[in-house]
Formats: sequence, C-alpha cells, structure tokens
Amino acid sequence: MNEHYETVIGLEVHVQLTTRTKIFCGCSTEFGRTPNSQTCPVCLGLPGALPVLNRKAVEFAIRTGLATNCRIAPRSIFARKNYFYPDLPKGYQISQFELPVCEHGWLDIDLEDGGVKRIGITRAHMEEDAGKLIHGETPETAGSSLVDLNRACTPLLEIVSEPDMRSADQAIAYLKKLHQIVVYLGVCDGNLEEGSFRCDANVSVRPHGQKAFGTRAELKNINSFRFIKQAIEYEVERQIDLIESGGKVIQETRLFDSNTGMTRSMRGKEEAHDYRYFPDPDLVPLVISQEWIAEVRATLPELPEAKRRRFVEGLGLSTYDAEVLAADRKLADYFDACVTLAKDAKSCANWVMGEVLRKLKETDTAITSAPVTPEMLSGLLARIADETISGKIAKTVFEQMWQNGEPADRIIEAQGLKQVTDTGEIEGLVDQVIAAHPEQVSEYLSGKDKLIGFFVGKVMQASQGKANPGMVNQLLKKKLHG
Amino acid sequence: MKITHADVEHVSRLARLALSEQEIDSLTCEMDAILDYVDQLNSLDTEGIVPTAHAVPMENAFRADEVKPGFTPEQALSNAPDAAENAFRVRRVIE
Repeated sequence: MNEHYETVIGLEVHVQLTTRTKIFCGCSTEFGRTPNSQTCPVCLGLPGALPVLNRKAVEFAIRTGLATNCRIAPRSIFARKNYFYPDLPKGYQISQFELPVCEHGWLDIDLEDGGVKRIGITRAHMEEDAGKLIHGETPETAGSSLVDLNRACTPLLEIVSEPDMRSADQAIAYLKKLHQIVVYLGVCDGNLEEGSFRCDANVSVRPHGQKAFGTRAELKNINSFRFIKQAIEYEVERQIDLIESGGKVIQETRLFDSNTGMTRSMRGKEEAHDYRYFPDPDLVPLVISQEWIAEVRATLPELPEAKRRRFVEGLGLSTYDAEVLAADRKLADYFDACVTLAKDAKSCANWVMGEVLRKLKETDTAITSAPVTPEMLSGLLARIADETISGKIAKTVFEQMWQNGEPADRIIEAQGLKQVTDTGEIEGLVDQVIAAHPEQVSEYLSGKDKLIGFFVGKVMQASQGKANPGMVNQLLKKKLHG
Repeated sequence: MKITHADVEHVSRLARLALSEQEIDSLTCEMDAILDYVDQLNSLDTEGIVPTAHAVPMENAFRADEVKPGFTPEQALSNAPDAAENAFRVRRVIE
C-alpha cells in the first residue's frame, strides 16, 4: 500500500427485507422454489397490472431507519428507474429517487486503535429487486440465458453511506455492524450467499491532503465480507499503480472475480446510467405519521451496542465476552435467560461461551434448539455454586444433559456424582495415597512444595473426581505436615 | 431550441426506438414545442408549492403482507416467445 495515497470508500448495501410477500404484490418471497412459480401480473410487468405497496415492507424500512439514526421522511415517493435488461420485466425498476424514506443517519464503528469513527448514512430507499438470470449450461441452453422472475419485486432497502471510510477494514467494520443490526431487527435474514445482504463499494484514491475526491470505480458482485476486503484492497492497488504510471482512473463499474481476486471492467454500461427517473404514476405518495414512527420505535429490540454496554457496565463482563455474547441476538437472549435464573453473570458467560458454544458448533445446532435450556444450565450452575459437584464433574454432567436432555439433578443423583464432603471419607483416601507414595512424601517434606498437586491429583482420582478439591488440599497439608 | 437533434437520438436509443432521420427531425420540433408550452408555468409564482408527485390527491394505498395465489410456471410462461426449464429464454447475456 502506497502511503502517499488515501483510500476513500462509500458503500451501497441492498438489504432484502424478510416480508412474506413481495413489495408490490402478494406473491411469496420464499427462496429456492421452482423458477417462475411465484409470479403474477404485477411482478411479471403485464400491461394494466397495478402495484400496491406492502405495509410491512414500509414498517421494516422505518425500523431500519430508526436503528441507523436516520430521519424518517414524513412524505416519500416512488419513482421509475428506466433501463432495459432481461431480468427487469417492466423496463423500469420501481425505486425511490428524490424523496427516499430515510435520510441523514449514521453508525459508529470501532477502529483497530480502539477509537470510534462515525460513518454517515446518506439515505435509505425502498425498491423492488430484479429477477434472476441463469446462464444456460446444458447443450440445449448453452447460447441462452434463462430468466426466473420469482425474485422480481422482492422488497429491498438500499442503504447508501457517505464516502467516510478510509480503508477496507473500516468498510468491513461498517458492513458487519449494519449486518448485525438488520439481523437483530429481524428485517433481513442476513444471508450473503443467497444475496439477502448485497454490497457495492465505491472506491477511489487521492493524494493525502487533497480535498477533492479521486475518480471512483463501483465494485459489484461481492458476496462475502472476505471478498469485499479483497476486492477493495485489489482495487486500491490498481488505482494507485494506474496513477503512478501516468494513467487515469475512469469512472466505471467493475466486477470482482473471486477466483482471481481481481476486479475487471464491465464495459458498455455507461449509457445505461441515464435512468430518466420520474415519479411512478401507479403509486401514491407514502406518508408516515409521527404516531406510526413512535409505534415502530416502541417495538425496536435492544440493539447490539446497547446490549454490549449493559453486559459490561451492568453485569461486569469483559469487553470481549460482551462482544461474543451480543453478536447474535438469540445467543444473547439465551445468556440473558441464564443470568435471570442463575444470577452469577460471570459463570453464565463462561459456560455459554465455553461448553454451550462448543457443543453448538460440534453438533451444528442453532442456539434456539439447544437441548440444554437456560433453565437446565442454571440448574447445573446452582449445583456448582452449592458445592454439590465440582466444576470438573459439572462438565461431565453437562455433556450428559446435552445428550439425554435430562436435568442436572437427576444425572447427579442417578450416577452418584455428588461431591464427597464427608471429612472421614476423604481422610481415608488421603491416608491411602500418603501410604502408597513414601518417596514423594519425603521429597515433599524436604521442600518440593509443588508435589502437593501430585497428591491432590491422586486423591481426586481415587474418589473418581467426587471429592471436594478444597477439602482434599486442606487435609493433605494437615496430614503431610502432621 | 431546448431540444436538439442529438437529444432525441440519445433518448430514442435509451428507449430502444429505431427512428429514421426524418422522424428524429420532426420529433425534435414537436418535443421542443411541448417544452415551450410547459414553459408557460414559469410565468406563475410557484414559491412554496410542493411539486406534484401524483395527479390524484391520495396517499398511502397499502396491502397486508399476505400471500395470494399467483401463476403456475406454465401460466407465467404462456406468452413467452421462448422458454426452457420453467424459465423465460433470452439470448445469452453475460458480462
């Protein structure tokens, strides 16, 4: 990376809203069905069909706008964006141009140096998605493209940032934050591979200190956070090399190729940028009252940032633990439920992040279907807290709870795992161990203090892990020195 | 002239209209006349008047988020000039 240049990045994110039906008609938005099985006169663009706005899509747009600190427009309108492409049956896309539903928002991102940077959100507007093009692969379809209009007219919210990001890492931080928010809000399933969260990046470079922006390239077709980083980094290098060798960056759309890690020009689309927007006469203005906004605001969940803060300031967790637990709303809900029942937030955090996450990963299970519920986990933690079992035995119990779905108490009872706190019983074991290892005893007495661990281990082993380790320690010391 | 020959050529290309030179000439005059006509509005004081987005004084026509039956793939494709594998078939478009 050439240090004489500064990178400038602005992002356009298309968020597919999780409504059951399309934005302007009652067709299902379900993914992966038979091509063209979810269509009607409206989304096929048949003459005379009338689009009618899905109220839920508007509600989702308001939700997202509020969560990203946007001003919700009291009045917005829909416009036609005119261009021809086979995946666009009407010859125009219904979008918003002059008066979008959300404007002037921002998100704060955490920087690597520990600082915080505010990224402006210019606007967020509602629009319909286009259909899907499949390029023929059989001998019969090799020369053709196949058009599936199931996706046509699916509601999207396009969120446009200010050109505020100065590195690929900042862009990724912004995207991850936005992604987390829309998934938390339940307005998007967040699936990058299926195209539910798509990102275009506007990238330019300029010499440090220069006020004016350089000419930008728009990068498209990137469907993972890793690829977005790669694409931006490649593009920055390309532009700097170009300028350094006396060339000029031209404003164009470039496609990222994940196989080569490079971006390449998408020629011949220049003229198509003349979209001739005008208000769509089929759709009346959208008016959003203060009452409606307040109603939506009241249903907003606690957002990741607020959750993290509560975990750190309210529950005393470390920043790292709070980050991991708040990253996923369902996981955070699980943790919260455990804390409500078990009180001890730190041990809840340790168990959820340790054993629970490990088992989820191992068995590829969603947190919502974990066989060990918060009630069960708190039942286990209670037995550790009252010293019925040791932390070590608890892990064995947890394993069995996960497999059988049985509560901790029943497993402890049935298998006799209750910790031995009977002094007499432990004393017996301590005596056996001391008698069986005279050499170690003399070494210990001659000053090799570390050997205490060896004795504790032997006693614990003899008790099959059930002896109370604190008591073992105490009794051992007493006997060895006595 | 507000509209030039080149403007009409450009717009007709965007609209995929194959116009003859003659047609472009006459459309240039006609469109210019239309803009002149609309220009009369400039003689009025429109200060503080919200731009009209819709001819009908109406707002918020909504539908509920409920799935309604639509077409089968066969019905959807019944007017397609060409189809294959339950999809509309067009000449291959690939960047």
